Amino acid sequence: MVNFLARRLLQLIPTLFFVSVIVFGLQQLLPGDPALVMAGEERDPEVLEQIRRQYRLDQPIPIQYAYWLKGVLSGDLGESMRLKAPVAALVLEKLPVTAQLALMAIVVALVVGVGAGIVSAVKRDTAWDYGANLFALWGISMPNFWLGILMIFLFSVHLGWLPASGYVSLREDWRASLATTIMPAFVLGNALAGVLMRHTRGAMLQVLTSDYVRTARAKGLLERVVILKHAMRNALTPVITLGALELGTLLSGAVLTEQIFTIPGFGKLIVDAVFNRDYAVVQGVVLVTATAYIVLNLLADVAYLLVNPRLRD
Amino acid sequence: MTSQSAIAGAAVATIDSRETPARRAWRRLRRRKGAMVGLAIVATLIAMAVLAPWIAPYDPIKQSWLLVRKAPSLAHWLGTDEVGRDILSRVIWGARASLSAGLVSVGIALGIGVPLGLVAGYLGGWVDAVLGRVVDAMLAMPFLILAIALAAFLGPSLGNAMIAIGVTATPVFIRLTRGQVMQVKVEDYVEAARAVGNPRWRIAARHILPNILPPLMVQATLAIAGAIIAEASLSFLGLGQQPPAPSWGSMLNSAQRFLGNAPWMAIWPGLAIFVAVLSFNLLGDGLRDALDPKETR
Repeated sequence: MVNFLARRLLQLIPTLFFVSVIVFGLQQLLPGDPALVMAGEERDPEVLEQIRRQYRLDQPIPIQYAYWLKGVLSGDLGESMRLKAPVAALVLEKLPVTAQLALMAIVVALVVGVGAGIVSAVKRDTAWDYGANLFALWGISMPNFWLGILMIFLFSVHLGWLPASGYVSLREDWRASLATTIMPAFVLGNALAGVLMRHTRGAMLQVLTSDYVRTARAKGLLERVVILKHAMRNALTPVITLGALELGTLLSGAVLTEQIFTIPGFGKLIVDAVFNRDYAVVQGVVLVTATAYIVLNLLADVAYLLVNPRLRD
Repeated sequence: MTSQSAIAGAAVATIDSRETPARRAWRRLRRRKGAMVGLAIVATLIAMAVLAPWIAPYDPIKQSWLLVRKAPSLAHWLGTDEVGRDILSRVIWGARASLSAGLVSVGIALGIGVPLGLVAGYLGGWVDAVLGRVVDAMLAMPFLILAIALAAFLGPSLGNAMIAIGVTATPVFIRLTRGQVMQVKVEDYVEAARAVGNPRWRIAARHILPNILPPLMVQATLAIAGAIIAEASLSFLGLGQQPPAPSWGSMLNSAQRFLGNAPWMAIWPGLAIFVAVLSFNLLGDGLRDALDPKETR
């Protein structure tokens, strides 16, 4: 296990290296004089000079990269041109908002997706199964920004039950916080639920034909016990790992969901940055999400090892 | 190959001698209702996109201050938008942006991803190791976030959105192709092709590629669904099709401001995106089952 972890960690170094190269490389895509583009409306020679100095645009590209990487490694993700604040601070400030939204969405997805997956596997080839499969297809095909708009129309404009936009943090007022995040969490969880349903159904179908499930049934255990205690526990382990791979889907979904519901998280940060040509912020968000994804998947692998004794040797 | 399986293979060959693999796949696909529904919708959408100039009742970009935000009526079946443009016409024309973005960006992803995957899988060694880590790095970036970043740096236009989505979708095809090549390259027929002295590029193109096409087709179909959502998302954010040209994503963006008094503006473009994505997903799922080699019927 120590070996596995060491190998896994070593593998991360080249991956993170290429992540940094790609994120830095984005800058090279800017058409024309990068300083001029990055300055946006500002044509002040002093500002242009400051950008050139900050990004060392007069130096060869590998040198620019080296300086940029040195900054990143010491936690300096650059400066937001528009907000005149360090990118790292902006990202840290938005992180808890998106984290709350993502966690709530995961809860929605787990309850709905895993539930539907178990039902459809147990009641295979019945109306329940077809219904659950249709639901998964719906979840995967529904563009979350349209679902968001439809929910706002129904629950905010038409019925007036929930606020259409805005965000209140949990610490301020937990009721208001839930009211502002329940719709976005549902929208975000919907797509993930569809994916989780398919994974759960597949894993359950496999487990239900295994010998130990047959043994459990032969012992005369209640079907409910067989399914919830024997089958589900074993089926869920791969679902968790596969679910961790969907974390990127969740973060992608957060971009538009936050935009629709005007929630000041990560997604809103990158969209506002794009509108304002605040390129350092765009790079910072990509870098941080990619790193978070890599770290969380590493943790999922470790968790998989811990709960699966067969892999521990 | 042992003599027994050779005999079994010969027996299967006589039974299915007139059925090519493509015909068999088509026969299996036809049995799946979901896939056929998907295929029918895809065909309809393509026809809609191609025939847009002839079937759209109005000019999709012609504004009229007399017709601002009119509810659906006999003259304008799906209503009009905030500057009096006919929504039905815009939805029909919007199919062009969505479908071409789906096809072009997946074309880009296939065009870059398959050759790189072939090289990585067939050559192995350090080429494979380096490509593998680049793929890991790209897959670590959430799909839409990378596509948004690429589109933002390239500049907003439908063409750049296609490039951004295509590049973002590439690593999946590199990884899939590589994995398939690894499985196929140890087969006897590849060994035989090498034994008779074929050059490596020829083995890759003539002997390996045709045998790994089925999973690539499945993935490509599902990727079109993803690309259509991505294009709609980028257009929604103003990074795709530029106004006044119609696209479903940008129509939804302007609709959001008029939910209270013109909800029809939000219904139809969203439904169009949903149906388009659903149809490619249905077709992809059906293809996966129809092309599954484990399926024997």
